[in-house]
Amino acid sequence: MSEDEFAVYQSLAQDTEDHRWAFGTGFTDPLEGIDTSVPAGVDPAALAAYCLMLGDDALIYSHRLQQWMTRMPELEEETALANVALDLLGQARMLLARAGRAEAAAGLGPGRDEDQLAFFRDEHEFRNVRLAERADGDFAELVARLAIFSAWRLALLDRLAGSGDPVLAAIAAKGVKEVTYHRDYAAQWVIRLGDGTAVSHAKMQAALEAVWPLVDELFRPDPVTAALPGVAADPASLRGEVEQVLDAVLAEATLERPQVAPMAPVAGKTGREGVHTETFGYVLAELQSLARAHPDATW
Amino acid sequence: MSTGEFTAEGGHGAVPVTKVPAATGPEQVRSTWPLYEVFLRGKRGLNHVHVGSLHAADPQMALRHARDLYTRRNEGVSIWVVAAADITASSPDEKDPFFAPAGDKVYRHPTFYDIPDDVPHI
Repeated sequence: MSEDEFAVYQSLAQDTEDHRWAFGTGFTDPLEGIDTSVPAGVDPAALAAYCLMLGDDALIYSHRLQQWMTRMPELEEETALANVALDLLGQARMLLARAGRAEAAAGLGPGRDEDQLAFFRDEHEFRNVRLAERADGDFAELVARLAIFSAWRLALLDRLAGSGDPVLAAIAAKGVKEVTYHRDYAAQWVIRLGDGTAVSHAKMQAALEAVWPLVDELFRPDPVTAALPGVAADPASLRGEVEQVLDAVLAEATLERPQVAPMAPVAGKTGREGVHTETFGYVLAELQSLARAHPDATW
Repeated sequence: MSTGEFTAEGGHGAVPVTKVPAATGPEQVRSTWPLYEVFLRGKRGLNHVHVGSLHAADPQMALRHARDLYTRRNEGVSIWVVAAADITASSPDEKDPFFAPAGDKVYRHPTFYDIPDDVPHI
């Protein structure tokens, strides 16, 4: 083992103050050592809400991908998907930590940490888009949903890399590289299956039809974003870029862009307002039950 | 064994449990992807080094799989993949005819020269 490799193992085995095993081991604050003061002129409460939205997208999507572990069709694909899930989990950790610090700056209490935000909020307090919580019915739906989500998130993070909040900008810039690969991974599978056999083509098209009703919500304007000019990215402004990317993938895959009605908001509310689909309760139950059964448990 | 004795295990709702072939038996044997060998060039090294193998449908997919399997810990800056079937290898049976004759030819090693102290990399 080289010296560099050994250093990695050492840091993994390193003892930290945090012994709450239900949340994993040895995790320090992902924003440790970073100046997390909120820049002047930025509404800290809105910034907290915005980081929560983006963090919840990543957290819930990552969990849905984790559910595929041990169930992927090939070992190599499973590792690939695990990498994607880990990237998103990393983004979630940083964004939730950022949300907690901004909460404190807004005077909303001491500011919750990433674990409190992930494990001790209820369904209506989660702000992820409904696309993130959808269960994948089969492999085609998995790659269809991931292609759409990644194309959208890449466009979003790309804008946020120039955000007026330097912490959010740095998190986004790191995420751009990761999500570029996620989009590439998913798109190449959409193309393989779409431009494959008659059966794979039909399944891929059916998968797109199933996922597409959730696309419209990605571009819905929301008041939190509107309250953060120069910091947040207007969702509506992303539509052109995302549709261009997806159309190019679909053309290569010989697939049709679905003509389906968007999933309607419930009483005018969608995921960003905390109104989720029925399946979301089960996602949260699995995600949170251990941490809630043994709060602050230690080794 | 009959198909009815097995059920597919669910994936917390993420993976379908109906209409999924779950039986064992000869009809369930599926074709596998061909094998590829993976070569990585690390940050400090100059040469691509063989690191392992993987299965993939074609070279492009092999490259992606190599990235996901072998560069998770920041090991490489360049990846080569080559279909294992395309490698022509020497056989262990030919070990002696191939390699033994080089063993007693010490004059092929430049050990009879005095190397000046200021000549590096030898």
